[in-house]
Amino acid sequence: MSGETHEAVHRHPAPTGFVWKYIFSLDHKVIGIQYITLALAAVLVGMTMSVLMRMNLSWPGTNWPILGTLFPGGAPGGMMTPEFYLSLVTMHGTIMVFFVLTTAPQGGFGNYFLPIQIGAEDMAFPVLNMLSFWVTFVGFIVILSAIFFSGADSTVGPIGGWTGYAPLSALGQIAGPGQGMGMNLWIISIAIFCVGSLLGALNFITTLLNMRTRGMSLMRMPLTCWAWFTTAVLALLSFPVLLGGGILLLLDRLAGTSFFIPGGLYVSGILSGTNPNFPAHTGGSPILWQHLFWFFGHPEVYIAILPGMGATSHILATFARKPVFGYRAMVFAIFAIGLLGFFVWGHHMFISGMSPYSAMTFSILTLSIGVPSAVKTFNWLGTLWGGRIRFTTAMLFAIGFVSLFVAGGITGLVLGQTSLDLPMHDTYFVTAHFHLVMGVASIFGMFAATYFWFPKMFGRLMNESLGKFHFWITFIGVYCIFVPMHTMGIVGMPRRFAQFTEYEYLKTLHPLVVLVTVAAITTVLVQIVFYFNLFWSIFKGKRAGENPWDATTLEWTTASPPPHDNFAGHLPVVYRGPYEFAVPGAANDFVMQTEPEVTQQPVGSGRERTSGNGHDGHRR
Amino acid sequence: MSTEARAEHFPAADWDGGVFPYRVGHRKLGMWLFIVSDSLTFSALLIGYSYLRASNVWPTPFPFYPSIVFSSVMTFCLLSSSLTMVFAVSASSRGDRARARKWIWGTIFFGLAFLVLHLIEWNHLYSEGLRPFSLPAEWVARYAAPNGPLPSPLFGATFFTITGLHMFHVFTGAIYLSVVAARIGKLKHEDVEISGLYWHFVDLVWMFVFPLIYIMSVDVGAH
Ligand code: HEM
Ligand SMILES: [Cu+2]
Repeated sequence: MSGETHEAVHRHPAPTGFVWKYIFSLDHKVIGIQYITLALAAVLVGMTMSVLMRMNLSWPGTNWPILGTLFPGGAPGGMMTPEFYLSLVTMHGTIMVFFVLTTAPQGGFGNYFLPIQIGAEDMAFPVLNMLSFWVTFVGFIVILSAIFFSGADSTVGPIGGWTGYAPLSALGQIAGPGQGMGMNLWIISIAIFCVGSLLGALNFITTLLNMRTRGMSLMRMPLTCWAWFTTAVLALLSFPVLLGGGILLLLDRLAGTSFFIPGGLYVSGILSGTNPNFPAHTGGSPILWQHLFWFFGHPEVYIAILPGMGATSHILATFARKPVFGYRAMVFAIFAIGLLGFFVWGHHMFISGMSPYSAMTFSILTLSIGVPSAVKTFNWLGTLWGGRIRFTTAMLFAIGFVSLFVAGGITGLVLGQTSLDLPMHDTYFVTAHFHLVMGVASIFGMFAATYFWFPKMFGRLMNESLGKFHFWITFIGVYCIFVPMHTMGIVGMPRRFAQFTEYEYLKTLHPLVVLVTVAAITTVLVQIVFYFNLFWSIFKGKRAGENPWDATTLEWTTASPPPHDNFAGHLPVVYRGPYEFAVPGAANDFVMQTEPEVTQQPVGSGRERTSGNGHDGHRR
Repeated sequence: MSTEARAEHFPAADWDGGVFPYRVGHRKLGMWLFIVSDSLTFSALLIGYSYLRASNVWPTPFPFYPSIVFSSVMTFCLLSSSLTMVFAVSASSRGDRARARKWIWGTIFFGLAFLVLHLIEWNHLYSEGLRPFSLPAEWVARYAAPNGPLPSPLFGATFFTITGLHMFHVFTGAIYLSVVAARIGKLKHEDVEISGLYWHFVDLVWMFVFPLIYIMSVDVGAH
């Protein structure tokens, strides 16, 4: 093995012309940025909807003239109708889960950095990669069109929630406003999204298995790569099931089948089979939809969170200037979480009616996910322990991620027990739980990733003062939003309700409801600072150089931004693990993965002195 | 060497980077992954079918003759197509492209035969009155439990959905294979192999669909 690097054969030349360079680009870096842009746009829609919901909850009955002008049907005279609220809930949830949390972490950052971190010049299937983005994009357009096609129904989409529970979702227009064309578009959008994600997942797995550069053994991969890989496996195995379910649901609506529709339904004053608008249905099972949906749905929450976990591990080690504590345990924990994630879907269905034995099995399996989750948490704390911490914005968001993951995870242990879930189900306690552990924690992971990798992607640093301001307001803000929701849930405030004025027992909660809304509006407003920082820094940020954070992995060995083929014609060769910080006797407090060791044997000879784990550096 | 280091030492250099660990190229690996995910879509449908079947009164309307005999012929066509595909791949591995192409056309022929027979079968059931949303009146009378519930119209729904999705796969497979056959001069052997993987997968799916949808619905009481 001659030199430091070996020749890379790039299969597609650098494109010229705007369209091939930026629109239908085959370059994984451009596609990554496209995914991130899509998520940045989608999250604006989702956030706006959440603010509208909060405003309606805390000041029901108020007239918002603008709303009345924009949605004369949904908010006649400026006052929101309950159906309009429900459609906001549905669209907010769907857009956030699918088009924000499934795109940016995996399609965005994964696409950009997985090939670079394993030393590849691109993804395995560049054309497929481009297609998966554009398919996802079409899915987004379709879900947005649900907003407009539901206009005549006075909603901005279907009203059944992001879980699309049957029979509400299966019946068609008769089931209520937004359940006609709006619901069709919702299902079609999700089906399209499934296809896009499957193409992406296939590409990620192939790339990671086949395209690691010389010396990049599995146990030398950054934890980010392990996380993206596991996420891709989860997507590959769970999206097809949702796709299958979606096909059946669409057939129920369009072909008159009854997969999810039981007999004898009496809806909107009409008995099934007595009216041409409501043809006869019989024999289907709404529970079957729940099984198919949640078999996908639970892995989906890990699809959202795992990339954030990877980024957090990576960033904590870099800024604590210490190897990740227990690298191998981290890898196995990621895998254990992914694996167990496929056997716990029933915990969403405890009150749908199931045998107590199945409920107990699902409960025990659910609680057992606490073990690998705790392994990860303690290893993060162990990584921080005794480190010489650099409190950059990226680091703050990574620590925030750990905090939110713990805060939201604890209540998962509550909800995972059948007896406790029965009263808590469908209350704000659940809303609080999943927002903390899945929603906001993943978002924090992405913030951390953005502040951390921005200099690599654009060659400039983001502004740290603005970043820290953004962090602190957001961090305090999200706790102010979601902690009070636990109290509301315990008192018994149901989720997916447009207003609570009719309920005597909830009246005392009103000050909390208003507090949450004020916090939500503040938190949303402070995101303007983030968007500003992002766009301003692209043009005006401080120049970053190749390795502004003194980090060790391969993306920091190449230019910022990296050239079209990532390593300018020469693939790097890897000699050591990803987190060799503070190695005793080394000249710097970090050793790049590409740095050869004089006494080091080539990998695979069986005589190497490091196990490939970062922490070996300490033990030697 | 510490035990830990030994544990992490992968036996061959396969996993150390710079090589294809499974000794297959991207496209073949990609096809395998596609097959994994597609088989999960079919699993979802077949499990849904079993679930619905178990919770309903299910008609068993297929007489041994003609239905089962007919569908066995269809099965035979698909099995033959797999065999010809095996010959195609083996010819291609010997570099005999002309012969490989002929065998692929043979595969397509059997695939299309399957499709045509299947459409005849659909048409037959349709003219008997089977719909995705209802059963022929005669079946309803025949399979109603005594004084009990009526047979489920989900029979038609599951039948048309599952066999329809499978037919769609056969159809796309035939198109895929004809592209391979037409361009075989420019393709690598591995590309032929990959199309073979897809084709065998589509056949394999039928080997689940056939017993679950047809054999399990044989009218044992019939003459
Ligand atoms: C500023 C941040 C956010 C606020 C203020 C917020 C607020 C809300 C509100 C008020 C609801 C409706 C509760 C109900 O009536 O049942 C809701 C539902 C939901 N949110 Fe958020 N949200 C935020 C961020 C997110 C994020 C980042 C996600 C990503 C996962 C997310 C996912 C969901 C989901 C899945 C639902 C459930 C929808 C349903 O019931 O079908 N939210 N959110
Ligand atoms: Cu779950």
